[in-house]
Amino acid sequence: MKKAIKLICGLSLFAFLLTSCGGDSAKNNTLEATKKQGFVKCGVSQGLPGFSNADEAGKWTGLDVDVCRAVAAAVLGDSSKVKYTPLSAKERFTALQAGDIDVLSRNTTWTLERDAGIGLTFVGVNFYDGQGFMVRKSSGITSVNGLNNTKVCTNTGTTTELNMRDFFKSKGFKYEPVVFEKADEVVAAYDSGRCDTYTTDKSGLAAQRTKMKNPDEHVVLPETISKEPLGPVVREGDSAWEDVVRWSLNVMIEAEEYGVTSKNIDNMMSTENPAIQRIIGAEGSKTGAGLGLDNKWSYRIIKQVGNYGELYEKHVGANTPIALPRKGSANASWRNGGALYAPPVR
Amino acid sequence: MFQNVLRSFNLYLENNPKVRIYFPQGILILLLLIVISYFSFNAGTNMSSRGIETGFGFLKKKAQFDIQFSLIDYDGGMSYGRAYFVGLLNTILVSVIGIFFATILGFFFGILRLSSNPLASGLATGYIELFRNISLLLQIFFWYFAVLRLLPPPENSLILFDFVFANIKGIYIPRFDWTNLNYFLYGLLLTFIIVYFFNSYSKNLRNKTGKQIPNIIISLIILLLIPTIVALLFNVKLEFIYPELKLSKNIYNYEGGVTIIPELIALAFSLSLYTSTFIAECVRAGILGIDKGQKEAAASIGLSKNQILRLIVIPQALRIIIPPTTNQYLNLTKNSSLAAAIAYPDIVLVFAGTALMQTGRAIEIVSITMFTYLTLSISISILMNWYNKKISITER
Repeated sequence: MKKAIKLICGLSLFAFLLTSCGGDSAKNNTLEATKKQGFVKCGVSQGLPGFSNADEAGKWTGLDVDVCRAVAAAVLGDSSKVKYTPLSAKERFTALQAGDIDVLSRNTTWTLERDAGIGLTFVGVNFYDGQGFMVRKSSGITSVNGLNNTKVCTNTGTTTELNMRDFFKSKGFKYEPVVFEKADEVVAAYDSGRCDTYTTDKSGLAAQRTKMKNPDEHVVLPETISKEPLGPVVREGDSAWEDVVRWSLNVMIEAEEYGVTSKNIDNMMSTENPAIQRIIGAEGSKTGAGLGLDNKWSYRIIKQVGNYGELYEKHVGANTPIALPRKGSANASWRNGGALYAPPVR
Repeated sequence: MFQNVLRSFNLYLENNPKVRIYFPQGILILLLLIVISYFSFNAGTNMSSRGIETGFGFLKKKAQFDIQFSLIDYDGGMSYGRAYFVGLLNTILVSVIGIFFATILGFFFGILRLSSNPLASGLATGYIELFRNISLLLQIFFWYFAVLRLLPPPENSLILFDFVFANIKGIYIPRFDWTNLNYFLYGLLLTFIIVYFFNSYSKNLRNKTGKQIPNIIISLIILLLIPTIVALLFNVKLEFIYPELKLSKNIYNYEGGVTIIPELIALAFSLSLYTSTFIAECVRAGILGIDKGQKEAAASIGLSKNQILRLIVIPQALRIIIPPTTNQYLNLTKNSSLAAAIAYPDIVLVFAGTALMQTGRAIEIVSITMFTYLTLSISISILMNWYNKKISITER
């Protein structure tokens, strides 16, 4: 009996200790933690060509991947020091909330609910997208107005499901949603004829079209039914880290505006233009102090990763299989009539 | 002082056996509660410090997404709570279909494996070993992506008996359209009551006097006669609404009738096949577990082969078969959550998938889903235990 009482006392003490050390001291210092561990924990998609896609050797490339590479170049000095975690649409926010990753750069749409309701913060937009539909050319459908009574394949856990309903509801159309968890299964189901149309963000459609058995049989309808500003996400309440990610993105956009590229940045060191001096971290500019970084952070990003224009052409531009034209789209720089506009680096 | 208190407390415990039994258990439950509340408190504070909303209020919010297939009336304008029920019913539907066919197939192959014909037993062994040893998820993918994908497009549907249309978008069958269905149902209910009382009367009669009434034939006559009379009296009609091939733009689709979506077929099919192999082994074990002497004894009192199987072997074998088969039913129900892989809108896909994503309420939704599976499993257990008790040896 005495043993039992001792055991009980011990257990209650243990429970008391547990409750008293319930704090979580490291959660608000991702920047320091990242410097200490030596790599950036980055959440990406499970394979979306042009945005985040791994090749046979396991090397990740894409527009979203480059945001993480830029953060690694700024914080750690080496853009390759990134640990990628492929996540499904369903897993992504939980992984970020739980701290499995520190930056979520996975073609994620910025919405009010996500920004305000689930403890996360969107730091900017790296791609302006919109939801569209892909159909078979043989279907004879040439506009979204021909989509009445169709079977629609899409992914679960995305804004796509909601937009789709809004669209069909507003048109008074009947439809049947066939919702898969993984993009590859959506493509397989649509490609085999289970569905008449496939809906997701237009960039995704262009990328997935390359995976079809015969890409030429499919066409993306011209209409865009929603706004999908895609951008990197971090946890709420860690403003130092939030700033680092935000300005890593902004400096790439700003560099393009001033014509600074990964190739010519070394020749620009002697420039007299103060705006460019700040972007490339030339002598005397002190842009790193407020971010908790050295002053060469932006130089490393542009040198190692590139400016936004370079990345766009490399991953999704006209010379890639995805071939999303930039001119005339919202992704053009604001100077060319697009929506891409970064606050000044100063 | 403390020593004294402890000593007197010990003495008290020794003199009160009831308290002695329950005291440690009470303490254990208390500790368990403390640990659980600590964890939920900890999760709560951490979530609120990270700005994550909590609570179950979201269940009343508009879901704003549509579901492909639903047994109850559902539209995206309804609540998340309603979407939960749609998912739950779909899970129950596929589990019930799966359990039904798994049981039939399981008994069939279990008995077949014991056949003295080497071809029959070999076939059963091959079937069991094949489907038992391949991962269930692979089987689901196989039936869904490999087999059902080979069906033709709607315009060239396979047509069976002129009323079943199978194509890549699903299997379409006629819908029943009843007039005055409720009278017919009342009639059926009445019939069943009459049959039940007739059978207990004939059983009583046989126990008391030994007279045998041909009760099966009379029951069948009642079963046919009364519903027919009811149908004629109250003008009950049944019409079939056939699915029709419609063309919009260049896309063909069937409309009208009932659609059985390919996702349901693939899932129910693979769950049935997979689980039936385990049930077959339970059945085989149950039959082999009956002593040979039982059969010999039954034969010696002049029972026919059929009667031996029906009256002696199966009732005893069931006692061995039911408990492990209950486990298989539970496994099947839980395995149905693999539905998410092939777009069958079960509770995991609809609620723990889409709803979780749209609301971000991971902890609440996952707990509700876990609790749901727990409830489903326990209900099946209770039902099967009740049945097991009913057929277990009753001593007279």
